[in-house]
Amino acid sequence: MRKIAIAVSLSIFVALLIGAAFLIHPFGYPPSPMDDYIIENTQRETGANSAITAVVFDYRGYDTLGEATILFAAVTGVVMLFRRKKLSRIKP
Amino acid sequence: MMSKIVRTMASLLILFALIYGLYIITHGHLTPGGGFQGGAVFASGVALLIVAFGSEIIHKSLKEHRLSILESSGALIFIGLAFGGLAIVFFYNFLVGSPIFGHIPPSGPNPGDIWTAGVIPFMNIAVGLKVLAGFSAILLVMALATTLTEVEE
Repeated sequence: MRKIAIAVSLSIFVALLIGAAFLIHPFGYPPSPMDDYIIENTQRETGANSAITAVVFDYRGYDTLGEATILFAAVTGVVMLFRRKKLSRIKP
Repeated sequence: MMSKIVRTMASLLILFALIYGLYIITHGHLTPGGGFQGGAVFASGVALLIVAFGSEIIHKSLKEHRLSILESSGALIFIGLAFGGLAIVFFYNFLVGSPIFGHIPPSGPNPGDIWTAGVIPFMNIAVGLKVLAGFSAILLVMALATTLTEVEE
């Protein structure tokens, strides 16, 4: 019974994924003026050849700041969780 | 610790892995890549070392609290550079046109000049420092935790 439920839900999920793959917009279809602005003015405004890096570190620096905060929190949590016990070395 | 063949090949390949990671970090404003990706490549080199030599031997020269200091300093450099442009707006690229990393490339495809892009190379280096130290600390601490349970039982 449980396997049948898993199979039905998985097949519905895969069918939705395939449908979404056929219904997706073509590449760059809803044309936005922001894309053209970034492609035309990246090298003049930021001096960077790689437009992706210019977007990540200059136009949308707040995103990178949040990403760095998330990474910092993750590293802090993992190091705190897997810390070595200092007290166990005192006991023989 | 794995066999001698694996250790020899790892000690040869680690140079290329680390140099490739540093190349991706420092050329982030010219080629695809950047701080995060280069730091991940660098940390994969550290993972190769941990797999080949064992985490106890690596831990003798690579302490996780020093990696934490490196990561925090990377974050501080990043936020400090973001505050540096506060005279106009937060995250303003205030070094474009200045003598430091201030060249402006011609529009369109060009061979690329490393002395461009203002604060973006510094931000790449800061984020790369942060990511390589953070990922290396996570890998090292997790690998040490697996060996520690065997010892303490």
